[in-house]
Parts: sequence; structure tokens; C-alpha cells
Amino acid sequence: MAAGTGTTAELAARAEPLFQGRRQRTLWGDAFRQFRRHRMAMLGLIVFSFLVVATLIGPAIYPKPINDIDLAQKLHGPSLSHPFGTDDLGQDILARVLFGGRVSIAVGLVAMLISVTIGTLLGALAGFFGGFTDVVIMRITEVMLSLPQLPLLLLVIYLFRDKLRHAIGPELGTFTMIVVIIGALAWMRVARLVRASFLSIKEKEYIEAARSVGVPSGRLMIVHMLPNALSPVIVAASLGVAAAILTESALSFLGLGFPPDLPTWGRILYDAKDRLDTAPYWAMAPGICIFLAILSINFIGDGLRDALDPRRTSQ
Amino acid sequence: MCRPGREAAPARRPGELQVTTFIFRRVLIAIPTLIAISVILFTILHLAPGDPFAELALNPDIPPEVRLNLRKQLGIDDPLPVQYVRWATQVVKGNWGYSFVSRVNVLTLIRQRLPTTLFIVGTAYLVAIPFAILIGVVSAVKQYSWIDNVATTFAFLGISLPSFFTGLVFILIFSIWLRWLPFIYSTHLPGSGLTYLWELFKHAVMPITVLALIQMASLTRYVRGAMLDVIGQDYVRTARAKGLAELSVVMKHAFRNALIPVVTILALDLPAIITGALITEQIFRVPGMGSLLINSLEAKDTPVVMFIVFTYAILVVLFTLIADILYGFLDPRIKLA
Repeated sequence: MAAGTGTTAELAARAEPLFQGRRQRTLWGDAFRQFRRHRMAMLGLIVFSFLVVATLIGPAIYPKPINDIDLAQKLHGPSLSHPFGTDDLGQDILARVLFGGRVSIAVGLVAMLISVTIGTLLGALAGFFGGFTDVVIMRITEVMLSLPQLPLLLLVIYLFRDKLRHAIGPELGTFTMIVVIIGALAWMRVARLVRASFLSIKEKEYIEAARSVGVPSGRLMIVHMLPNALSPVIVAASLGVAAAILTESALSFLGLGFPPDLPTWGRILYDAKDRLDTAPYWAMAPGICIFLAILSINFIGDGLRDALDPRRTSQ
Repeated sequence: MCRPGREAAPARRPGELQVTTFIFRRVLIAIPTLIAISVILFTILHLAPGDPFAELALNPDIPPEVRLNLRKQLGIDDPLPVQYVRWATQVVKGNWGYSFVSRVNVLTLIRQRLPTTLFIVGTAYLVAIPFAILIGVVSAVKQYSWIDNVATTFAFLGISLPSFFTGLVFILIFSIWLRWLPFIYSTHLPGSGLTYLWELFKHAVMPITVLALIQMASLTRYVRGAMLDVIGQDYVRTARAKGLAELSVVMKHAFRNALIPVVTILALDLPAIITGALITEQIFRVPGMGSLLINSLEAKDTPVVMFIVFTYAILVVLFTLIADILYGFLDPRIKLA
């Protein structure tokens, strides 16, 4: 027997160098490796990072004022002093697009955070507690899904816009309202996904084990169940950013979004749409930015789905 | 074609009865949803600041007694639930009220606008569906081939291009540079017969294409996904193994089953396209429901706004119901009871 243990130790010692230099594999590490293999997703990540960095530090590098009216400079095509040209008030379009991107991307991220938070919370509660809680939450979700999104957004924004602007100022007021409304009307998918995951996770042995050692419900949900329900949420969240940016642009394009002194990509496009014949370049810059942002996020979402879905990773 | 489920013809009779109960139940579930939606809409509209009588109050020609009388008559100061019940009874009777702005019956107003929207959306949908199915099926059958890669790329471009940008690019190219097409949609077209049709085509082709492209992009992805789910199934392999022609395997064995989720999504998507069309309508100035909604919002024309948003809600509920029922019909595994 003693010889046996000796061999095991010997074997372990001999195997040691084989494992050296090889880091421990984790689930998230695997997902990341899988994501990096997705060429379009990596390209999307690069493009989106570029847009984020450009809008964050761009206004510092290219410090042209966004709201200075100079009618002598109005509707000039792209030139050295104004790389994207000027609009009908002589404002520099590049500066406005850079600043506008900041607002557009911020709207996308914050609205997504709101919808994911609401959705995860409600979905987790419904899936974990089941019974009456589940019925009530799922009925609410169903009614919310039956509401026509875009018309309702227009309605609410139109009705409450002025009041909020007076209450907390035009800029913060508009931002808060748009972000909250977009987020509050987009949590249903996440809630359904989280509920479904929670329903299946609830039956797993490790949850039973945790329960048997007396882990309280709240801790059980947050520490033991939530991390295992996150994959579909992450995918939905990434696509949610794109959807929120798109919705905000659509609202601004319909003239019900941000005011002209706080430009977003959609708002610049709205201002530009009636000058297509004389100044087509004006609409191109914000339009292409929206397109690139949405496209890159969609590719990132696709890559995340491939990386996080265990059925696909095995392929 | 000879699936075992289909041979049990006599067993279908009680099944049909079940189908009626199934539909009946679904309709019953839809009613509370509609009521809930109407309550939400009503509350939002009435909690909002702004008084339709504000203008009246500023008019010096109207004595205050008359104004108070009017308010009382219309019940504007009654508690909200009372107002809701009064409104709901009128709605059930089909009495939707009159536009504040044009004094026209709301129903008449909608009747003028809805056909234009349905024409544009319907044509776009009918154009998009066959293309999407064809491209989706081919990409799934030839997964990872160059056709699939091209289709995937175009689908991603289509999903990511917002309609308001595609619309503007179309106008720029076809109306401003090439001068082929008018950029304002008109319902009053000159001529008759072939000239009329040609004019109609010229006016409608851009909005229809914009809508169809977006729809095609997401639908192609969906068809592809549904086909891929089915094509790896055992019975498809069996069909191949027994020597059936590839076309027959794809069309009869795989495609028919892939259609189940596709048909459902077709019904589920339609309301979103109708509401989404309001952006397209705004770009090309199509006088449909969407532009009526935007104009009414700007004019604070409460009855019209309420009716349009509620119409949209009814459409969503109706098509969810249709999708549900279709799903039940198409997939016998779904319990009908």
C-alpha cells in the first residue's frame, strides 16, 4: 500500500510540469476566449470602443463650440476648418456629432441599466417565489408587452415633457424622462428570460444543498442563482443598448426627443432632414454614426450569444 | 407527408370541439388585457398636465358661468374612475367622440387614414415575406457557405439601419440626385388606369421598400434560425437516409416544421411594423395613422390620440391572439385544452 501512495505522489510530481504555465480555466474565461474567436464581434467591439472614446475625449481634442451661431458660416460643405461642414446656424457639425454621440450612448447605456434592473428584479422574484407572485408579475409583463411601444412613448413624452423640464431643468429633465421611459417600457424580455432561468435553476441540487444548510432566500437568489442566470441577460443587455439608442434617435427624429441645444445623433438628423437637397453631408454624419453604433452593438451581442450559450460553445 | 398524427382522422372530431374552447379561452384572456390597457392609457392621459379648457378660459367672449357649465356638462372635474366608466361605456357603444381640432367624428378620421397605412404596411409585408423565407431557407441549408455569409451580413446591415436614415438616403438618391421619384407621398394622384397605377407605384415604392427591407432583415434571421433548429432533427436525417430527393427533404420535412415558429412571429410582428411605420410615414409624409397621431399630439387633440393609441393596442392584442391560435393549430403537441 505504501508503495501505492508513493507512486501517486511520484505521478503527481511528474505531472506537475505539464500543468505549469497553464492557467486554471474558468467559465468566464472560456466565454471570453470564445468571444475573441468571433471575428465580427471583435470588430464590433473595436468600432464601438472607438465611438465611445471619440465621443468622450473628442470634444476635448476638437474644442469647437456646439451652440455658437455664426450665420456667415452657415451651410458650408466639409472643409479643413469644418471637417463635416456646418449646419443652417453655422454650427460645426463634427463638434455637434461628437457631443451628440456622448448623449446618445449615455441614453443607450442608462436606459439599458434601468430596463435590465427592473427586468432582473421582477423576473427573479417571479421565478423564485412562484405561485401568486409569479402570476401577478407575469400578468403585468403581458399587459406591458401588449402596449404599443412607440405610440405610448410619444404620448408620455408629449404629455409630461414640459412639466419635467420646469421641474429639473431642460437638459437633465429631458434626459431623465427619455431614459426612464425607454427603460420602463423595455424590461419585459429580460424579466421573462430571468424568470425562465430561475425556474430551472431552482430545481438544481446545489440550490437544494444551499437551502439545506440554511441560506436565506435573498442570499440564495443573489449569490447562488443570479450568477447562473446571467448569460441570457448579458446578451439581452447588449442588444438593449442598441434598441435604446435606436428608440432615442427615433424620438428625436420625430421632434419629440432632445432640444436642439442638447444635440443627439437623432436630433441632428431631424434638423438636417429638410436640407437634404442643399446640404446632404449634414444628415450623413449623424446617420452613419447611429448606423455604426447599432451595427457594432448587434455584432457584439451576436458574439456574446455564441460565447455564452453552452449549446453553441460545444460546437 | 404521411405523418402518423394525420392518419387518426376519426380522433379529430373531439379535437375540433377542443379547438373552439381553446379559441374561446384565448379570447377571454385577451379581454382583461384590453381593459387593463385602456385603464393605463386613460390614467396617463388624465394625469398629464394641461387642460383642454385652458384656451377657453383665456377667451374673454365666454362668460365664466358658461365655462363652468360646460365643464360640468362634460364632467371634467369628476373623479377619475367616474370619468373612466363614462368613457368606457361610450366606447363600448362605439361612440368614440369628436376631434377637438377638426370637430370630425374620430371614427371618420381614422377611416380616412387607416387604409393608407394598411396599404403601405401590407404591401411591404407581402414583399418581405417571400424574400425572407427564400433567403432564410437557403442560408440554413447551406450554412456557412458564401450565400449564408452574404445573407447574414445583409441581415445585420438591415437590422442596424434605422428606417429614418434609410428613408433619407433613398430620398437623397432617388428624389434629389436622380429625380426619379417624388419625395412627398400623395393620395390625390392624377390620371386613371395604367397612369394612375404608375403614379401610385412612384409614390409608394420608397416607403414600402424602406419598411420591407427592415422586415426582411429580421425575418431572414428568424427563418434561418427556425430552419437550423429543424434541419438537425432525426426525422430529417431519416428522410435523407431513405433516399428522398434533397428538395423534397428540405421542403416537405424540414420547412413545413420550421414554418410553425415563423408563422407565429409573422403574426406577432405585424403590430410592431404598423407602429414602426409611423416613422416611415413621417419621412415620406404619408398621410396615414402615424402622421395623424403626431399631428394630434402636437394639437393636444385628446380624443384622437386616445383612439389611435388604443387602436394600436387592439392590433397588438388581436395579433398576439392570432399568433397564439395559429400556434395551437400548427403544432399538435401544444395542448389545446
